[in-house]
Amino acid sequence: MTSVQMNVDGETHSDEVEPRLLLVHYLREFLGKTGTNVGCDTSNCGACTVHLDGRSVKSCTVLAVQADGGDIDTIEGLAEFSSNGDEEAGWHPLQRAFHTEHGLQCGYCTPGMIMAAKDLLSENPDPTEDEVRHGLEGNLCRCTGYVNIVKAVRTAAAEMRGDKVDTEVGA
Amino acid sequence: MIPATFDYIRAGSVEEAVAALTEHGDEAKLLAGGHSLLPLMKLRLASPEVLIDLGRVDALRGVCELDDGRLSIGAMTAHQDVIDNDLVRQHCGVLADVTRQVGDAQVRHRGTIGGALAHGDAASDLPAALLALDGTVVVQGPSGQREIAAADLFVDYLATSISDDEVITEVRVPKFDGSWGWNYQKFSRVAQAWAIVGSLGLVKRSNGNVEEARVGLTHMGTVPLRATAVEQALAGAAIDGIADAAEHAAEGTSAPTDLNATSEFREHLARVLTKRALTAAAG
Ligand SMILES: Cc1cc2nc3c(=O)[nH]c(=O)nc-3n(C[C@H](O)[C@H](O)[C@H](O)COP(=O)(O)OP(=O)(O)OC[C@H]3O[C@@H](n4cnc5c(N)ncnc54)[C@H](O)[C@@H]3O)c2cc1C
Ligand code: FES
Ligand code: FES
Repeated sequence: MTSVQMNVDGETHSDEVEPRLLLVHYLREFLGKTGTNVGCDTSNCGACTVHLDGRSVKSCTVLAVQADGGDIDTIEGLAEFSSNGDEEAGWHPLQRAFHTEHGLQCGYCTPGMIMAAKDLLSENPDPTEDEVRHGLEGNLCRCTGYVNIVKAVRTAAAEMRGDKVDTEVGA
Repeated sequence: MIPATFDYIRAGSVEEAVAALTEHGDEAKLLAGGHSLLPLMKLRLASPEVLIDLGRVDALRGVCELDDGRLSIGAMTAHQDVIDNDLVRQHCGVLADVTRQVGDAQVRHRGTIGGALAHGDAASDLPAALLALDGTVVVQGPSGQREIAAADLFVDYLATSISDDEVITEVRVPKFDGSWGWNYQKFSRVAQAWAIVGSLGLVKRSNGNVEEARVGLTHMGTVPLRATAVEQALAGAAIDGIADAAEHAAEGTSAPTDLNATSEFREHLARVLTKRALTAAAG
């Protein structure tokens, strides 16, 4: 067993883990943070995307021991807690835009899509349709056909920049 | 999928990593970004008994300029950090451009230049690039350091001339400034996938002619290759000779047949992609 300590969604956690434990299993099974999904388990689909020290990574392809000492952000830490009980009021602009632009159907890919999109927008606050598609090439969706996902990311980007843009995209 | 059990050693320095490799022999494997090794371990295609993690060896990250004018890139520098590095962008933009086509954003955040070269996969993008750039790797073992030219590095399918007890510490590349142009054509079935075939063309222009041309081929054999026949045909030739020269791109290759392509189709792709890459590089 190896000791790990990491900051996950703003809270510090310390545990003894087997070196072979994957980060995604640490998040889901040790911390109960099941918001992060396992899709393909073969490093392709991006459903398991979280941020490690501010960068998007596929948590099914990182060992928990590699993340020791790191800062992890998962989909579960994205919304702000709102004290008046109105949960939606605390949503991140990306969460809101995926909702309003219908950027999901079954929702399985969504936690990974949103975390990958958040990293993309931190690098490029005003991406073109092409840049969104290229930036999210590590995330697969089997339902939506991507059109509304791209729209949602650009809508959220506009809100985060504080302006309105034309988010019409081709099919 | 869960890897088989292994003992985990976190190296604090290159010396510690070399000592651990020496102690554990071929039961041990180095762990860099883990984006080739961990998928293999999850599939139980690899089950090393000891993993030696280089993640904490900060001395292996970053880029500097050597006295001889080449760039030195630390082996543990992540693909994204190679792409974003100012020295690389300014003096070896070709390396940044090829690295940008590796995998997807998440893969580029974890995978490292040293890991990609040590893995030695002829289907991955950086081995052919290092070969075309005449780059080298510096390795450190129990008896000290040595520098291995790319031409001597890749010896067979997933096999390199790096010994079991050696660690890649640096990757060295010459500068490609001024009159050099380049273009990497990567043909793949889906956006994030490995190349079915890739062709990296570099052209040094002088007075409207090709002074020197280089071509690196991805996935045209068990090792990355240079299209030497194309390079020879173009040396000193006019730029409009590119199309004819590119017809030689598949000479001397031994392209594999797999689910994605027959070897004949790969040979066709090599010719077409080499023409496109060199035309864009000369443009
Ligand atoms: C979904 C996905 C898509 C990908 N797509 C592409 C692609 O399109 N093109 C492409 O080129 N690659 C692609 N890759 C591979 C990626 O670039 C890997 O990061 C890279 O091949 C290996 O680097 P690593 O740092 O992850 O090495 P690791 O997986 O940690 O190690 C790979 C091997 O190298 C050895 N090693 C590592 N570091 C050293 C060192 N310093 N000295 C000696 N030996 C060492 C290890 O022991 C191991 O055998 C993809 C990977 C994934 C998961
Ligand atoms: S579950 Fe990690 S990439 Fe698919
Ligand atoms: S909404 Fe179902 S996989 Fe994307």
